[in-house]
Formats: sequence, C-alpha cells, structure tokens
Amino acid sequence: MKTTVPALAAAVMMAASPVMADLVVPNMSYRTGPYAANGIPYADGFSDYFTLLNERDGGIGGQLIQVPECETAYNTEKGVECYESLKSQNPLVLNPLSTGITYQLIPKASVDDIVLYTPGYGRTSAKNGEVFRWVFNAPANYWDGASVAVSHILEQEGGDLSGKKIALVYHNSAYGKEPIRTLQGLSEKHGFELVELPVDAPGQEQKSQWLQIRREKPDYVIMYAWGVMNQVAIQEAVNIRFPMDKFVGIWWSGSENDVTPAGAGADGYKSLTFHGVGQDYPLYDDLRTHVLDAGKAAGAGDQMGNVIYSRGVYAAVVIAEAIAKAQELAGTSEIDGAQLRDGFEALEITPERMAELGLPDFGQPIALSCQNHGGDGLGRIQQWNAGAGEWSLITDWIEPDAEILQPLVDEDSAAYAQEAGIEPGCN
Amino acid sequence: MIYREAGDFKTSYRSDGQTFPIRLDRWGYYAVLAVAFGVIPFVIDDYWANAVFVPFLIYAIAAIGLNILTGYAGQVSLGTGGFMAVGAYAVYKLMTAFPDISIVIHILLAGGITAAVGVLFGLPSLRIKGFYLAVATLAAQFFLVWLFNKVPWFYNNSASGQITAPTRTVLDQAVTGPTASAPAKYLICLVLAVAVAWMARNLTRGTIGRKWMAIRDMDIAAEIIGVNPLAAKLSAFAVSSFFIGIAGALLFAVYLGAAEVGEAFGINKSFLVLFMIIIGGLGSIFGSFAGAAFLVLLPVLLKNTLVGGFGWPTDLAAHIELMVVGALIVTFLIVEPHGLARLWRLAKDKLRLWPFPH
Repeated sequence: MKTTVPALAAAVMMAASPVMADLVVPNMSYRTGPYAANGIPYADGFSDYFTLLNERDGGIGGQLIQVPECETAYNTEKGVECYESLKSQNPLVLNPLSTGITYQLIPKASVDDIVLYTPGYGRTSAKNGEVFRWVFNAPANYWDGASVAVSHILEQEGGDLSGKKIALVYHNSAYGKEPIRTLQGLSEKHGFELVELPVDAPGQEQKSQWLQIRREKPDYVIMYAWGVMNQVAIQEAVNIRFPMDKFVGIWWSGSENDVTPAGAGADGYKSLTFHGVGQDYPLYDDLRTHVLDAGKAAGAGDQMGNVIYSRGVYAAVVIAEAIAKAQELAGTSEIDGAQLRDGFEALEITPERMAELGLPDFGQPIALSCQNHGGDGLGRIQQWNAGAGEWSLITDWIEPDAEILQPLVDEDSAAYAQEAGIEPGCN
Repeated sequence: MIYREAGDFKTSYRSDGQTFPIRLDRWGYYAVLAVAFGVIPFVIDDYWANAVFVPFLIYAIAAIGLNILTGYAGQVSLGTGGFMAVGAYAVYKLMTAFPDISIVIHILLAGGITAAVGVLFGLPSLRIKGFYLAVATLAAQFFLVWLFNKVPWFYNNSASGQITAPTRTVLDQAVTGPTASAPAKYLICLVLAVAVAWMARNLTRGTIGRKWMAIRDMDIAAEIIGVNPLAAKLSAFAVSSFFIGIAGALLFAVYLGAAEVGEAFGINKSFLVLFMIIIGGLGSIFGSFAGAAFLVLLPVLLKNTLVGGFGWPTDLAAHIELMVVGALIVTFLIVEPHGLARLWRLAKDKLRLWPFPH
C-alpha cells in the first residue's frame, strides 16, 4: 500500500485536470455492457446534434457547446466517478440515461446547481417542480407511458377492459418498478387483472417468465425492458407465439436493435414513443451534410435514423432550446446552471418552432413552468414492420389519465420532500 | 543494510510480539497513518474522495471481512454482496426510523445485524465444506437480494424500490447525504477502516484467530486438540459479517447515497470482493488493502490515462480496461499464486539480506 497509493495518486492527478470550456453539456453514455445496444445510438444522437449546432450555427448564441463523454456502463458506481469527474468541468445539465444513476444524482445535483434532464425516464414525481427544483423530465415519464399504453389497449378492446388480464414484464430495478402503482390504480379503475412478472437484471434469462405467460394467458403484455432484455423478451414472445399486436413495450423497448434479432416473428410488435420515427425530417439532411459526411459523427456513425438515436437528438434539441431560452432571459450567452434552470422553467416549444428546427410534427408541444417540470406526457404507438424493416406510427397523440397520475405524483413528491427536508415552493 | 532486525533489541514480551518487529516497518506504518489522518483530509477534493479514497477504504473493509472468513477460517463464501446488502438496508431502516441517533451507532448496529444474519447462514458450514459451502452461501446471496426486492418494508414502500440516504451528521459535519463534504466522508471511512484493520489484526493473532487457522488447516485435527468447530466457525462468520455489514452500510450511506439491491449488491459484488482477497493474498490484512487498491484504483487510473490523457474514445478505453485488468489478474496469479501480500513479503525478505544476499 505504501508504494502503490502515491504512485497511482500521482498518475490520476495528472490525468484528471479540468478542461476549461464554453458551455458544457456532458454525455453520460454507455457503449459497453449489457445495455450498450441501446446506449450507443442514444449517445451518438445526443452528441451529433450538438456537433451540428457547433458546425452549422457556431454553437448556441455564439457559444460553442462542449460535449465531454463519460462511460457509465449503466453502473451506479461508475456513475459516481463520472459525476465527480464531470463536475470539475462545470456542466450545465446532465442526462445520465439511467434511472438508478438519476436517483443517485437528484440530491447531489440539486446541491451542486446542475440541472438534471431525464426525458422519458428517471424519477416520475420529479414532474412536481416545486419539490424537484433541478430535475426536468418533460415531455413524458414512466407513469404517462403506462397510462398511454392502457388507453391504447382500452381503445383496442372497444372501451371495456373488465375481466381482461394484462401482464407487466419488467426489469427488476427502479426503472421497471416505477409503473407498478400506476397500473395498479388503472386496473382498479378499469377492472382488469394485473399480473406482475419481474425479470432480474440484465435480463438474459426469461424462460420462466414467458412460461408463466403461456400458462396465465394474459390478453395483453406490457413491457418495461432495456438493453439486452428487450431482444430476449421479444424473441421469447415469438417462441411462445404470443400475438405481437397484443404486446406493447414502453418507449425504451422499441428500437430497431430490439426487434431485428427476432426476424420476421417480431412483425406487428408495438411500442410507445414520444417522438416521430424514421428519417423523413429536414433536420436529418443537415445532420448528414454537416456531421456524418464531414466525418464528425460520434461513435461509428452507423446509428442514424434508429429510434433511440432520434431520442438522443430530441433530448439534445430540448436542452439546446432551454439553453437558448436561458440566454435570452439572462441577457448573456455565458449562462450557469441556475440560469439554465430558469430557461427550462420558461421553456416553450411550439409545433411551429419544431418545424423551424427541421423536425415538423416530430414531438408534442412542450410548455414548462416551475410547477410543471414534466410537460403533458402525451405518447403515440408505433408498430414494427419486419418486412420493410421500419417502424410506423399507428396512432395520434394519446393523453395519459391525469385523474390517476396526479395524486400519485403529489403523494410521491410529498414523501420525498418530507424525507429530504425540502420546503416545496417556487423561489 | 538499513532494513533488518539486528540491533533492534526487544526487552519485553509486549515489544517482542508487536505487529511490526522491524523499526523501518514501524516508521512506515506511522508515516502512512500520519499522512492519512494529517495530510489527506486537508487536500482532498470531491473527485479524490468519491472516486478514489472512499471506495478504496470501503472495499478494504469488506475485503478484511471476507478475508477473516475465507483466508483465516477457510470457509469459502460467495454471499458477500448479500451481506453487504443487509448492512445497507439495516442502516437505511435505522437512520430513517431513529434520525436523532448518531450515524456511527447506526453503522455499528447495522454491522451487528449483519453479524446475526451471517451466523444464521453460517450454520450450514458445520455440515458442509469447500465448494458445497460456497453454493450454500451463494443461496444466501440470491435469497437476500430477492428479499430486499420483494418486501416493501425494507425500502419504506418507495415507488421504485430505491433507498436514498438522508443527511446525517457526526460532530455537526454531514457525512451522508448530498451536503457531505469530501474530508468528512473520507474521515469516517478511514476511521472505520483503521479500526477494523486493527481489530482484525489483533483477533487473528490471539486465541480466536489461532482457532480459525487450526480449523482452516485441518478441521479434524483442530477438533482433536480441543477447538470447538461450532464456536470457531460461527465466530468467524459473525466477525466477518460484522465487518462486511459495516462496509455495506458505508457503501450505501456514504459512497453511493442511493442504491437498489440488485444493481449495487448483486453477485458481481461477491465476486469482486472475493477477487480482491485472492489477488491481495488470503490470510493477510495488508493483502486486503492491496487487493482493494488493485481492483478499485486500477480501473480509475486506466480510465483517466486512456480517456483523459490520450483522448481515446470512451468505449475503446472501457474495453481495454477490462482486458488489462483481466490480463493482470491472470499474470499475477500465475507469477504469484499467493497474491500481492506474498510479493510484499518476498520483497521484504530480499531487502533484509540486501546488499549481501549470501
């Protein structure tokens, strides 16, 4: 110990010197491990959009955006290391793409004045901005997703779910457990029976769960999976010949990388989404000209157009809009974390603005405030066409059931406020 | 020449039996302690505390715990992750139920609860040995993780099953929660690590440690010379689990701040701590520290050199890191199967003869 610690210490010290930067928006990514199949496209999309802004527009408000990357491998201990090393670079906002790491960072980021932006994941009750001042999860969260999925099933069944059976296959972690309360509330309201089937991380072994589905014969299966668990689950569903159009995944269980391994059998599989699919948006032309063809794409540059890639782009779009708003409010282009939070709270993205950005009809309108950090939570259903190898949107925007969700958000955020000693309020 | 026993006269039994019989060793030990307590707390920053020292000290405590059971008493255990989870959940329940009581007491109580659970799962060791015992402790690992996932009481009915450590103070300094400062976190881990190492050292060279080693070397012979296997094995499980419970409590409350059982305390954790003591050296306190340093610090060092120093892509660096650490483990085990502690001992033996090896 006597010799190793100082030697290691000296070497780490040399390497961990902070980088002075313009506006720092780190990319906490995972390109390795069992979740890499989904982590890679997201990280690529996120980085590529900021590269585009830097190349095409010279950054935001004249300030270049730096996107330092840190590999978390979806692991909370590496997440701590990443957070600490990124913190020294004065980041404005973090997007860890992991519910576990988000839970860990919520108290820390609030003390260190760093915004957490967790679109479509993280702690759902962070929607209540009066308690979670530094956390934003617009445009949609896990409970919205569960409610939208049930609304879609309700519509399929002609508005009546009494006596039906819905199974929830979920990743046995904070992420997968989030929707359980919502679904329990909805099952009481609509009279369907809920079967909960946890799958232990990382999710390569699911034979027994699908055997149980075969035995219980649920009418529908809702799935909250991520990474390798997606591919395995869809393959298992194909193996037991579960009807694919009755199998609805959350938005994290619906990318090309998840369905292609199951081949033609996955045809008709449905999943939620909170943004458009495919590459028929003008923004993609810009991405191709300024980033891909210029050889500046992140990663291998082969993920463009993937659903999860688009989600990474979408997250970057919202952050960039919030930065622009914050610069406008602060009257300076060199903003800090607190000013970015104000920018997020005043954020308004209209359909016209989305069209201007080159993404017409891509996402829902977003209007945030101090009270509402989570947006409206609309979702759409996309369906996989294995023959054409593409997703297509089959519904319009579906609204979540606020009657069930709002009390749950209030209850959970109040519990957190009490636990952490936070006085809810807007100043 | 300088490093030798000659001239260092012992005039009492007490000084003859001390841990570091050679003067230079003693000085080195005091110097390390002086730096650890007197210098590092004043210069440490958040990165150094949270990414380097705090995990190193916590894993060192866990490794000492497992080393008592596996290295000294010879009982192979794959339940370390599960026992750490017991410590973490015990401290969580205690600190949320009794917020006014000092966190240090909670951490020690969490160790005590883990010791009780450890004894319970240690009972099969009276009947089964070796690999079969490993399988029994593996069952403990999976059972405990399942239990903490299944019963909402353990995580205070939170929607997602996550446990989050609230702010708690020692001498008015926050040591858990988001406002805890780097020196405070470092010092609480350091004090506990030193206390644990000191206890472990003194236990293992006394009667109880000799009983453990007798059981490890040949249990039938030990029984014949009057060692009670029930008391020896169960006390090894209790002491080992006590330390591992403290490590689990610190890992959750001080280091991570929030945890979920499957991710933070899965089977991977059991293997990680087992690798630490195998690489560090079975039956050695120094080996526990060396093994923890090797497996905690090396990946951080590699990451910072490859990504921060050379600017390599993060995924390439992560893969290289796995390969380098793996290759080093294999190399070490081929070159020196008894671990880093043995290398250290050989180096000291050579040094004693230097510069006249014949």
